[in-house]
Amino acid sequence: MNLKSLLEVVLVFVPLSFLTVGGGQSIVADIHRQSVDVYGWMNNAQFMDLYALSRIIPGPGALLVTLVGWQAAGLAGALVASAAIFIPSSLLVYGLAHLWTRFKGTRCIRAVEAGLVPVAAGMVLAASCTVLRAAEGGAWAWGVAAVSTLALMLTRLSPFLMLGLGAVVFLVALG
Amino acid sequence: MIPTPSSLRPGDAPPPSAFQLFLAFAKIGLTSFGGGLSGWMMREFVQRREWLSEAEFLSGLALAQAFPGVNVINMSIWVGFRLRGGVGALAGALGLVVPAMLLALAVVGAFSAAAKSDSVHVALAGVAAAAVGLSLQTGLRAARRAAQSMAAAAIMAATFGAIFFLRLPLLWVVGTMAPLSVGLAYLRLRAREGS
Repeated sequence: MNLKSLLEVVLVFVPLSFLTVGGGQSIVADIHRQSVDVYGWMNNAQFMDLYALSRIIPGPGALLVTLVGWQAAGLAGALVASAAIFIPSSLLVYGLAHLWTRFKGTRCIRAVEAGLVPVAAGMVLAASCTVLRAAEGGAWAWGVAAVSTLALMLTRLSPFLMLGLGAVVFLVALG
Repeated sequence: MIPTPSSLRPGDAPPPSAFQLFLAFAKIGLTSFGGGLSGWMMREFVQRREWLSEAEFLSGLALAQAFPGVNVINMSIWVGFRLRGGVGALAGALGLVVPAMLLALAVVGAFSAAAKSDSVHVALAGVAAAAVGLSLQTGLRAARRAAQSMAAAAIMAATFGAIFFLRLPLLWVVGTMAPLSVGLAYLRLRAREGS
């Protein structure tokens, strides 16, 4: 087993664990820089392949980290990279959740909970629209998203049906 | 202004076991094609299983996004802890990550060529567009709740504008709007309940 590569994996991903905000997109540029330019675990094309793959598979987009670890140091690298990116920030949030339960029901906590709802609303709506602004397909993407939103809010149709229809519409219109 | 007690649990079902939490999060990890995991979570935990109220879910979502870390992982820890303490948090996070991770490793070994195919690429863009519907649905429900007071509606609009139109960094926006909104909510609670 290559201990040096494993150590490098830890050194890259533990700091990034605390720098991740949002869905994990914020650290992709830095993962690219370190894994291609700094440590030379792979070349640019290999990185792009892993990135594309991380978009196809279900689950958190941050699983890109698992794939990069795999490329860097095999199965052990994949496991170490995943632990390094997920555990440090998780401990922080765990501590927060603990504090929360302890002070549950106090006016401060209730104010935080009520006050965060409109902020969350603005954030989620802005994130959705930002994804659509950058999406391929332009007006088709907005149209598919609008139809899917309405269907999910007004009917009991399965989200999987909407995802499948989205793929079909794109293949027919743009494929 | 209608009070929205966040402690209100919609169903009176008993809290799920750690194993049930693991399975529920594994399902989300393995089926959330196209991203938008928080939308899948809200659908599963608030609408389908009624384990959490909408307000509990949404305030947790804002905290999970404001804290460092991948926000869906933060959310799994938050929800797991809320429902089943430390064991629940562990079960939730492992459920979300481990099965999806094993699948990712299996796929990288077998199908890395698929990622380069043009029609896979276009189909995936379509899936991603439809998946935005899940997030938008979450956002619209939160917006309906926020629109109950003028101040909250203004905060929501300002947050949206700062991120979408001005493209300011998320951390700055949340760092400004969250304390402001929480402060206003505190004053509102104090006015209603007396000090």
